[in-house]
Amino acid sequence: MSETRVLEPGPDGTQVVEIDSHSINFGPQHPAAHGVLRLILELDGEVVERADPHIGLLHRGTEKLIEYKTYMQAVPYFDRLDYVSPMCEEHAFALAVEKLLGITAPDRAQWIRVLFAEITRVLNHLLNVTTYALDVGALTPSLWGFEEREKLMEFHEAASGARLHANYFRPGGVSRDLPAGLAEQIAGWAETFPKWLDDLEGLLTSNRIWKQRTVDIGAFTAEQALAWGFSGPPLRASGVPWDLRRAQPYDKYAEVEFLVPVGRNGDCYDRYLIRLVEMRESVKIIQQCLAKMQPGPIKVQDRKFSPPRRSEMKRSMEALIHHFKLYTEGYHVPAGETYTVVETPKGEFGVYLVADGTNKPYRCKIRPTGFAFLQAVDVMAKRHMLADICAIIGSLDVVFGEIDR
Amino acid sequence: MAEATTETTAPPPPTREELLAQAVAALPGVRATRVALEEVVADADRDALPALMTRLRDDPDFAFEQVMELCGVDWPERAERFDVVYNLLSVSLNHRLRVVVTASETTPVPSVNTIWPVATWWEREAWDLFGIVFSGQPDLRRILTDYGFEGHPLRKDFPLTGYVEVRYDEDRKSVVYEPVKLTQDFRSFDFLSPWEGLTTLPGDEKVFTERAALSKPAASKG
Repeated sequence: MSETRVLEPGPDGTQVVEIDSHSINFGPQHPAAHGVLRLILELDGEVVERADPHIGLLHRGTEKLIEYKTYMQAVPYFDRLDYVSPMCEEHAFALAVEKLLGITAPDRAQWIRVLFAEITRVLNHLLNVTTYALDVGALTPSLWGFEEREKLMEFHEAASGARLHANYFRPGGVSRDLPAGLAEQIAGWAETFPKWLDDLEGLLTSNRIWKQRTVDIGAFTAEQALAWGFSGPPLRASGVPWDLRRAQPYDKYAEVEFLVPVGRNGDCYDRYLIRLVEMRESVKIIQQCLAKMQPGPIKVQDRKFSPPRRSEMKRSMEALIHHFKLYTEGYHVPAGETYTVVETPKGEFGVYLVADGTNKPYRCKIRPTGFAFLQAVDVMAKRHMLADICAIIGSLDVVFGEIDR
Repeated sequence: MAEATTETTAPPPPTREELLAQAVAALPGVRATRVALEEVVADADRDALPALMTRLRDDPDFAFEQVMELCGVDWPERAERFDVVYNLLSVSLNHRLRVVVTASETTPVPSVNTIWPVATWWEREAWDLFGIVFSGQPDLRRILTDYGFEGHPLRKDFPLTGYVEVRYDEDRKSVVYEPVKLTQDFRSFDFLSPWEGLTTLPGDEKVFTERAALSKPAASKG
């Protein structure tokens, strides 16, 4: 509700008040809403009193659909959740199924997964930082950023065959090995990318307009960020040194060195800075992966879980049977439940998987990162100007494929 | 360099997870705890939930500052068909805990939104998708499904195809809702082979019991 202002006290104790309240619809087709967000804003003049996000306009029933698919068929749904960082979402599901099956991916597969998780992190942060700048009025970063993203998506395509919906990380490893020459290409890119980041920082970091639009906007304390279920860059921007890659390492993250940037003010500007540093750290991790990766198998060699090679199927009856069984019935996962999390570029992405011993998940709950962020917009945007909503939503990095599921 | 010592005879010291499970088991309102797949799970009483959760958040031994996720699981054959699962995280002590309570369609679960404000949307989601009622939740609106949606889609008895479909009607210039018409019936293939140990073929009971006896020690080991 909008504030009521007392204009003049009447002589007989009565009061004349003015109520200036109106609500507007922000979205669902607003370009700065980063997808299909309908935000109902109650305004007092140009000041936001209350923000009520209406979500679910992109709800596709992913969790229900997964209950009707085998474990292998469920993987592509994860690409379509957060379509800006597809491989990281697959990572969570692959780790969850591996945990239930009691299998571990071979070393090379784990290195490839860390490598591509970090490429995906850069991919995600590039889109977020540059379109966030676009939301508050800077056009150039997004033009530059999309060019750089294209190079990374070519790496995705070379490895998995698809630019966006990769279906590359599978329970038990990755779907296929890196093609010849890709590692050198990635190494070449990693050489030049920090220079590109310097250019991007030259455009934004000390830009007067950028700072006016983001510094002290949407500030959250560490206590608030924890209470509102934050994770990832927005939590770290509020000063909580928490990164799942460091605190609860999975795959090969325990064997790489990187820094975890932590902010101080928890405002939109800090969230931007955190993402920039994270991109630089990702480049370091990518270089370490390339250096430490050894040739070897890229998926579990147990034919009950991972399909045989095509060439093998031409000669071996057994291989043919395994292939047929895996692609019709799939594998049976022993009864059990796990909540497995990974640090996606946006924050903690979790899969709560309940298996009942059959070839399909009994329940697959997906913990979307942006869900918690979006809920906090109401608190974060209180008493801010209408135009700041764009900066706040941009800085939180919400993607509706993931939030609406 | 630390020397690797191999002690084969002494029982292994309790892991961090086992210690946490023991500590949580002593709290009021906790029925049982277990460690499965290195994750600590606590079954709790529904009515004791607010006190238990407040303790878990405020007690420095547990310090669960965050509820990362809250969801329902439907087991229609049970008397109280729903599990409500809370996945808690402590960033200061770096541990996780899963608290599970049960509920039926009519029994309300106490809301934890006063303990963690983030719970509001998770509870709205559980209400929307399962029809689990949360008492003390001031904002129990639907969240993911359409405006005016009926039913709770993640219940096991809700069909995958749903009941209504939506299209834009050019003549009426509006969106219309109609019953789902499938040109081909929805087919859910049963790929479960009978010899994979799930079903017992008639006359095959002996194999089944032998296999169950064989798998028992393996299960207790793992």
